[in-house]
Amino acid sequence: MIAHFLNLEWKQYFRSSHWQKGIAIKILMLFFALYFIISFLVIGVGGYYILKKEFPEQDPLQMVNSYLLYAVLGDLILRYLMQKLPVMNIKPMLILPIKKSKLVHYVLGKSSFSPFNIFGLFFYIPFSVVLIKEGYDTIGVLGWLFFILLIIQSSNFLNFLINKNNVAFGVILTTLASLIALQKFDFLDVTGFGGQIFDAIYANPIYSFIGLFVLVVLYTLNFKQLLNQVYLDQAVSQKVEEAKSADLSFANRLGDVAPFIKNDMRLIWRNKRTKTVFLMSFLFLFYGLIFFTQETYRNMPAMLMFASLFVTGGFTFNYGQFIPAWDSAHYKMLMSQGFKYRKFLESKWILMVVMTAILYFLSIPYLYFGVDIFLMITCGAIFNIGFNSLFLLFAGSFNRKRIDLNKSGFGNTQGTSATQFIVIIPLMLFPMLIFWLLNKFVGGSSGYIAVASIGVVCLLLKNYAMNFIEKKYIKDKYAMINAFGKEA
Amino acid sequence: MITIDTISKKYGKAEVLNVDTIEIPTGQSFGLVGNNGAGKTTLFNILLDLIRPTTGAIVNNDIVVSKSEDWKSFTGSFIDESFLIGYLTPEEYFEFIGDLRGMNKADVKSFLSKFDEFFNGEIVGKKKYLRDLSKGNQKKAGIVAAMMGNPQVVILDEPFANLDPTTQIRLKKIIKELTENREVTVLVSSHDLTHVTEVCERIVVLDKGTVVKDIETSAETLKELESYFSV
Repeated sequence: MIAHFLNLEWKQYFRSSHWQKGIAIKILMLFFALYFIISFLVIGVGGYYILKKEFPEQDPLQMVNSYLLYAVLGDLILRYLMQKLPVMNIKPMLILPIKKSKLVHYVLGKSSFSPFNIFGLFFYIPFSVVLIKEGYDTIGVLGWLFFILLIIQSSNFLNFLINKNNVAFGVILTTLASLIALQKFDFLDVTGFGGQIFDAIYANPIYSFIGLFVLVVLYTLNFKQLLNQVYLDQAVSQKVEEAKSADLSFANRLGDVAPFIKNDMRLIWRNKRTKTVFLMSFLFLFYGLIFFTQETYRNMPAMLMFASLFVTGGFTFNYGQFIPAWDSAHYKMLMSQGFKYRKFLESKWILMVVMTAILYFLSIPYLYFGVDIFLMITCGAIFNIGFNSLFLLFAGSFNRKRIDLNKSGFGNTQGTSATQFIVIIPLMLFPMLIFWLLNKFVGGSSGYIAVASIGVVCLLLKNYAMNFIEKKYIKDKYAMINAFGKEA
Repeated sequence: MITIDTISKKYGKAEVLNVDTIEIPTGQSFGLVGNNGAGKTTLFNILLDLIRPTTGAIVNNDIVVSKSEDWKSFTGSFIDESFLIGYLTPEEYFEFIGDLRGMNKADVKSFLSKFDEFFNGEIVGKKKYLRDLSKGNQKKAGIVAAMMGNPQVVILDEPFANLDPTTQIRLKKIIKELTENREVTVLVSSHDLTHVTEVCERIVVLDKGTVVKDIETSAETLKELESYFSV
């Protein structure tokens, strides 16, 4: 039976859309995964020596121990927000002659191997190896590692028990907050207390079996609870969210494009992925802080330009690059309706421009870093509005990948193709280059003027550009319908 | 109203559609029947200019559909669920389509009130997004949307599939009423021979992309079709 399950897992993994992608994306994703793994490894291996060097009079293990309690609670919060029990997988198997208990064990067992449980190990294992190498008691370290493993697994199962129970979440959050507060105001030595627990495990590894006991209890509770819920109307049900209609009639003032604008606002707010894009664009506002606060970048005008473009361009970049694939699921329907294509494109353009303007308004506090920086952000905003919005619309006509809006938002690369990589060049590198060249060889404010005037000129030529873009979309209509009709 | 003129569609060497001429007069209720892969949906897609034919052209009310887009304003259609916008509620979807077809909010409301019976209280005011409705209810919403804005041509692909018996009967009534005044041309495809013979005055049978029968519906039609398909 287990062989069957493993076989299914294997197929599910390798036939998932992750692997049906272009080679470039595969390499990129592999690169990111490797990056994270290596970062953890480096911290794991180097952590001991760094601590030793920075705090020579303290024991690195004890220092790590004293913060582990926070790590466990933080981990629980993260899990609560992001980790879900993958129950839907067993739906097709419910009607097969397989014991329910087996299915439940399978679901629970599978969750043990979730990335949430694995990532930490890339730190703990190398750290333990280093400890042993540095002369710590081998049995003690192994017991300590074993205990941590058990704690990670216990958090895993604790999370499923309390998941979607806001009271439990509140309790964890308050506990963490009050622990930090107690520590901060010196009421209670939480760090010391937490440290003592883990120190004790190291001293007496036999206590690590307490963790085993906790794990077994939690697993059994999970098992019992889930076994009673393996029904289509309980655990194995798709959650249906209640529709919330906001009044968007204020958009009616926009005339012909209003229906599309209203639609786009709903699209953005009601689908996970677009919502992520929308919220992320506000996060990009802070992107400038990384660059503007560091002396190193102060003398690298091109990099400052890069940051300035991002501050106001988060939405335009992330939303714009997938136009019109956001509408791919119902593209056929749109194409059988009687409206001017121009209106559809215009609505997307307005959306990008308005969002850039809002983000620009919100970026005013950057004045703190000086007028120069704010001027640069202003130029970036003008460039984003004038050039980038139009250019992304044009680039969108090359999009041939369907996007399923129902799929999750984070790390979802559906719809990504070579287009998304190529557009970066004119979008970012081009203004950076212009700015850098003029700043270096002409000097003064010529760089600012050049970037801003490109934006202004494009804005003036908007109608002309729109005609051109519209023609391109109409020409590629059939190819797009065909491509968007294919399952992603 | 609609002239299908020597339409063919090839994918590589495989020919999926090859229709000589079909002339559909205004106000006719036209049924398209055929097994899977006969080319029904392909024909409808070409009619809606969603795919291009390899040869030939379709003329909808004197407009060549691949040349001008003016036919869109008087043609309503529902092919499959991809014609719905999943993240909208049915009300918002109707409002959106209504907007595109020149109806204001009040128009949409009074239009929808005619379909209260058809909706059977399962579509409007349910606080659900279209993507969360059952297949049958999605279909109901799509079919009604296809009739918005007084279209002169209504194209429905497999409208009876997934509908419950009561709704099937109501849909048949609606289609009959549509063509009553001989002003609206209705094109319907179906796998259910009983339904088409009941609703359509003319039935065309497609097989592997070609027309094999073109019948004026009469009392014997159902028998004739049944004997044709029972191979």
